[in-house]
Amino acid sequence: MSNFMDRLSVNYAKGIIRWRWLVLLITILATLGVASGGRFLSFTSDYRVFFGDDNPQLNAFESLQDVYTKTDNILFVLKPNNGKVFTPQWLEVVQDLTEESWQIPYSIRVDSITNFQHTEAVEDDLTVADLVEETGGLSQAGLDRIEQIALSEPALAKRIISEDSTTTGVQITLQLPPDDAVALDEAVKYAENMAANIEASNPELEVAITGLAPLSNAFPAASMADMSTLTPLMFLVIIIFLVAFLRSFTGTLGTLLVTIFSTMVAMGAAGYAGIKMTPPSAMAPTIILTIAIADCVHILVTMFHEMRHGKEKRDAIVESLRVNMQPVFLTSLTTVIGFLSLNFSEAPPFHDLGNIAAVGVIAAWLISIAFLPAFIAVMPVRVKPVVTGKSSVMERLGEFVIGHRTKLLFGMGLIVVGTSSFISKIELDDRFIEYFDTTVPFRVDSDFTRDNLTGVYQVEFSINAEESGGVSSPVYLAHLEDFANWLRAKPEVVHVNSITDILKRLNKSMHGDDDTWYKLPEERDLAAQYLLLYEMSLPYGLDLNSQINIDKSASRMTVTLDNVSSNDMRAIALESTQWLQNNAPGYMEADGSGAAVMFAHLADRNIKSMLSGTALAFVLISLSLVFALRSLKLGLISLIPNMVPAIMAFGVWGLFVGQVGLAVSVIAATSLGLIVDATVHFLSKYNRARTERGESSADAVRYGFRTVGSALWITTAVLVAGFAILSLSTFSVNADMGLLTAITIALALFIDFLLLPPLLMLFDGEKATAASTAPAAPAE
Amino acid sequence: MSKKLLSTVFSLSLVAFSSGTALSGAALADEAADIAKGTEIAEEWDRRDWGFGDTESHMEMQLENRHGDKSIREMRQKTLEVPGNDVGDKSLTIFDKPRDVKGTAFLSFAKIFDPDDQWMYLPAVKRVKRISSKNKSGPFLGSEFAYEDLSAQELKKYTYKWLRDEPCGELQCAVVEQTPTYENSGYTKMITWYDLSEYRQQKIDYYDRKGKLLKTLTSSDFKQHLDKYWRPYDMYMENHQTGKKTRLVFSKIEFQKGLEDSELTKNTLKRVR
Repeated sequence: MSNFMDRLSVNYAKGIIRWRWLVLLITILATLGVASGGRFLSFTSDYRVFFGDDNPQLNAFESLQDVYTKTDNILFVLKPNNGKVFTPQWLEVVQDLTEESWQIPYSIRVDSITNFQHTEAVEDDLTVADLVEETGGLSQAGLDRIEQIALSEPALAKRIISEDSTTTGVQITLQLPPDDAVALDEAVKYAENMAANIEASNPELEVAITGLAPLSNAFPAASMADMSTLTPLMFLVIIIFLVAFLRSFTGTLGTLLVTIFSTMVAMGAAGYAGIKMTPPSAMAPTIILTIAIADCVHILVTMFHEMRHGKEKRDAIVESLRVNMQPVFLTSLTTVIGFLSLNFSEAPPFHDLGNIAAVGVIAAWLISIAFLPAFIAVMPVRVKPVVTGKSSVMERLGEFVIGHRTKLLFGMGLIVVGTSSFISKIELDDRFIEYFDTTVPFRVDSDFTRDNLTGVYQVEFSINAEESGGVSSPVYLAHLEDFANWLRAKPEVVHVNSITDILKRLNKSMHGDDDTWYKLPEERDLAAQYLLLYEMSLPYGLDLNSQINIDKSASRMTVTLDNVSSNDMRAIALESTQWLQNNAPGYMEADGSGAAVMFAHLADRNIKSMLSGTALAFVLISLSLVFALRSLKLGLISLIPNMVPAIMAFGVWGLFVGQVGLAVSVIAATSLGLIVDATVHFLSKYNRARTERGESSADAVRYGFRTVGSALWITTAVLVAGFAILSLSTFSVNADMGLLTAITIALALFIDFLLLPPLLMLFDGEKATAASTAPAAPAE
Repeated sequence: MSKKLLSTVFSLSLVAFSSGTALSGAALADEAADIAKGTEIAEEWDRRDWGFGDTESHMEMQLENRHGDKSIREMRQKTLEVPGNDVGDKSLTIFDKPRDVKGTAFLSFAKIFDPDDQWMYLPAVKRVKRISSKNKSGPFLGSEFAYEDLSAQELKKYTYKWLRDEPCGELQCAVVEQTPTYENSGYTKMITWYDLSEYRQQKIDYYDRKGKLLKTLTSSDFKQHLDKYWRPYDMYMENHQTGKKTRLVFSKIEFQKGLEDSELTKNTLKRVR
């Protein structure tokens, strides 16, 4: 079988060399053909893409938004640097901004301190009017009155106006077409221009913009930033590495072409498949560039090795393909399995990443076994004579490992167990604001909002009443009020928006603004009639539909939280549901929903869904190793170096970083496909030495170090560099994933060099004792 | 028509001989003609309703949100015609459903430019409240109809501009752009389709403050009363931005029941049933 495969590889290699021009032409044409799909690529700009269609939190949130109004919003935050906003000057700015905000594309509602619908009683007249009407003629008493009303109004305080009166917000509700990047960008750009204009004409005013629309719009910006800065950086690093390691112009150029073609094919295929780019899938080009190099390096290192030892170029190509066809295929297969397992993820952007990367890896395999040898065959290649010092480093490392194998076994065992024990220090956290680092304006503005005005994370409840019209029932309102008060008492809660505040205010106004009547109406029909009266007097866009459903059988409560962790957020949502279960009638039971809650559940759900994906990938990859090496024993031994690095990486992360989000769930699966490559290359050389040459276990280890040691160094260095570059991403999911994968791959090489050989000699080494002290046999 | 033809000939001759300023002058002349024509159509629509005296109607309002949830409201409305173009009509709305607001009555004296005079009787407290609010663009009972869509349509509340004639269903319609002249409207403009046979408002497109299409009102099931006055028995309002819909169905509209001015006052409001 092995001979048959070798003969097949030899004939294949000869065929490639004979038809080299045709191969080059076909590769280029095919690459350009597929790459033309790249014109269909677009960026998505909807935070909802992180959630699958069957995500229960997403569905709960979508149906809440269908019943009430949408929650896509833009929040302007204004803070003058000279004190309170309750001056004619600043109130006029707020009023103008409020008026202009109706012009923001897709806006359906604008809320501010100036257009707040204040109710006031004058004898038997009820006046419903903007809180601030004319700013010009306002006296100090008038300003004080406005300030006092705004600060004591639960709907405004700590949501639209800060407690110290120095910061105020203008809140715009948008009705955006779903996942329409152009529409979203149009709305957000419009708001950004408005903010810039206000700042330009009022230098003493600081203006920030946050909200779910700017959040969504920050995603394509992050994707584009990654693709336009990290991918070129990766190119640069690749060129440096290749020039340094290969020291061959043709080799470097050939490898670069393979990586570029592979990436083009993958992105073109993504375009044809209609995939919309998200920050996670925007990592694909960098990842493919990185991985595509490995195949080339293995083929080239063997070829140059043969040429240095006197083989003619074409013979060296044939020999290289003979020994590398199988491992290169196998490593590509395992990498593809690893990436495809991302389809188990809860978050669709990871499906796209996995599928694009898998296509890229397959393309890289095809191009590096067809185009690369053909390219080398037509290009001049010069090699320097044998550089002994270089390979002897690896040989010395091999001797060291063989000599200290028992100590290494125990020492490495301790390190593995020790590092892994820090996994418990890992804390899952997905605060979507913190997905963006502090160089991203959205993050800066959101932090500013949180520091000065209000929280940015919201939990929403749609609380049912007993029947149609039941929101006016005293029992319902009383429980709603208790629930709101219970929430307000929590330190993490910044603001609660509830219809009970409206009814209390109306009740007071209907009783001549007597403060003792600032309480809930005690009769159902009275509350209903108050609401009817109030609704009839509201202006366009400021209706109650955003808080009460059309049947008046449910109302919405919006809870704004401080900067709390995902854990705390889930806890608050859960406690709230339990509070309603324990303290309110059964029909009032409700679950918290909203973007923040969705993200808070994302990592957990993703880890659960990826467990089966990772397990499947692990089984498939191990099976392919057993099959390829035709040895159950080697396959079983390989489990350790394949499993251990990811576990250790989590431990290292727990020790030095601690917090991680969504990224953590996919690391095990994707890195598995990559780290297994080093194991495959080492084991296949080891196995070849054992079976073809009948060497002892220790000699086979020597052979392994000598033949693939330096190639593994290079490929690992490239992979680590590639993923380390991803850690520069402004998007923390990408940065975490890059860094964790880089750590995992580096640890994998550490394990492959220091733990795998002692394990091999322990479990596969009955004949090894005599040879272990003998010097290495010369190659070939 | 000949006036338009003349102005076209006139403008063409000007284009042939002179510069861009004259061109815009001709365009202005065109515009003036369109405004005159639009106003004529609206005046004809208004004139055809003169002398209806008073009406009494029963209606059901069917609300539907994006989620497909439905909700029903029922009410009666009495309207008294107030002759003249400078004052609006008086109307009284009595709510029958939902149960919680049964007996609530809303009295309104429409004005052209000033806020309407409005009173509301709340049976739960047996008191009449005068409502002082400039707002008439808010949703009526949480529906897609704004109060301003349902309140008396007075000729002088808008300026008019004829856009084009086009078929509308089996009829031929004049399409007229109407711009609110009163403050605090929720709309920048409305496009109204008047059928040229009876001058009924067949369809109205409402544009929001951004100039984007907000809602469309489609009226159908027109019936003629007293051989003169047409009323739609089905008014369907669709909000294009939020996906919400409201259908207003009239079960009965009666004319000239002898409604007296003295029945529509703040003091009589308490006694309405």
